[in-house]
Amino acid sequence: MAKKGWDEFEIGAMLRTFNGKIDDIAGTRQENRDYSENSSYTASVADWRLIKPVFNKDYCIDCQFCWVYCPDVSIISRDQKLIGIDMDHCKGCGICVEVCPTNPKSLLMFPEQADEETEIASWPKKDEKEA
Amino acid sequence: MSEMKKIKNLKEFSTSADRFEGANLLCPGCAHSIIVREVLNATNDDMVLSASTGCLEVCTAVYPYTSWDASWIHIGFENSSTAVAGAESMYKALKKKGRLKQPDRNPKFVSFAGDGASYDIGFQWISGCMERGHNIMHIVLDNEVYANTGGQRSSSTPIGSSATTSPAGKVSYGEKKNKKDMMTIMAAHGIPYAAQVSPNKWKDMVKKIQHGFAVEGPVFINAVSPCTTEWKFDPKDTMHLADLATDSLVFPLYEIIDGRELNITYRPKNVVPVEEYLAAQGRFKHLFKDEYKYLIKEWQERVDANWAYLQRREEARV
Repeated sequence: MAKKGWDEFEIGAMLRTFNGKIDDIAGTRQENRDYSENSSYTASVADWRLIKPVFNKDYCIDCQFCWVYCPDVSIISRDQKLIGIDMDHCKGCGICVEVCPTNPKSLLMFPEQADEETEIASWPKKDEKEA
Repeated sequence: MSEMKKIKNLKEFSTSADRFEGANLLCPGCAHSIIVREVLNATNDDMVLSASTGCLEVCTAVYPYTSWDASWIHIGFENSSTAVAGAESMYKALKKKGRLKQPDRNPKFVSFAGDGASYDIGFQWISGCMERGHNIMHIVLDNEVYANTGGQRSSSTPIGSSATTSPAGKVSYGEKKNKKDMMTIMAAHGIPYAAQVSPNKWKDMVKKIQHGFAVEGPVFINAVSPCTTEWKFDPKDTMHLADLATDSLVFPLYEIIDGRELNITYRPKNVVPVEEYLAAQGRFKHLFKDEYKYLIKEWQERVDANWAYLQRREEARV
């Protein structure tokens, strides 16, 4: 959008999140919403990240802890299943990895440049409890 | 529409469609957005929201972007509560006159504010809203410091914490005054519901928020929000810090109904020593020097006394 300077926008401005009208927002998933260019959903903070979470679905038990504790709405969960990570909005804080209860964890942090498939192939093995 | 959303477990909760968007400019690992998401997902009804100046407001409404998918009012430091109270009064008046197109949608009115905007600057405004009995909910995101402007002390900052206006050093151990007991003050207005919540106990939180939506009248919610920047810990440890806060009883989770009846809603199985909570944060680092060690003991005594007081009050039903 043509950006206005900080002193150019009018007082009492209203930003509309959507193009057009959505009657039942709470019943419409993100992918079905028509976001306007004013919604931060259309922006990205991916360049904030130094480390990124990688999701290995083999170990996931769909407990949804990562979904509820994600501060950036970046864990995508549909029909009670975790299906992926929204890399446009993830800031790489690592909370999802900390709260993951599985052994080994089904989410781990890797450097931003790491290749997802290689990391999943060399995923750490189960931690045996010390006797 | 106004039927309460049924949330039995986390899997069911995860089917909610978020009305708060990513790419806001809150710090990585900020608990504010976790709390906001849990509150917004607790209901399917329309919402009228507002936020006082503070991290949440400046980070979710950076022109030309907004991170909110519900009606949200950008307002001054002190008057988020009065802004939604005004909206609520207008809604009531229009409903009475029959000028609403969809009178049965029953929106929820919620104002968010930081601890600076609630404990200090907006105190009188909130008190007014509680006294007038608007049907609103005021939620405090309590990170115990003015985090947005660089970490000045607020009246929520606890003893011994090093803030930029009460720094710890050779002559001082940091903040010298104890935290204001906002819960008791607000409950003393005789409001139908006041509760303390924490983002790590999501079920307790959702239950309290839904109860708050169901009652008629003003509701006060105090939510602990660990601040990675000002409490000085690693962003990934936000939930760990929230766990420590609730399990060490520094932030006991309880509710006060009608200003009198107090219920403790979470009793930790293993109570963590306060020392562990303090040790996890950079702002209390200096307390572990020999000359300030006595403060940790005082902390523990204070927290124990407060817990004993809450239990006595729960038992006495007064």
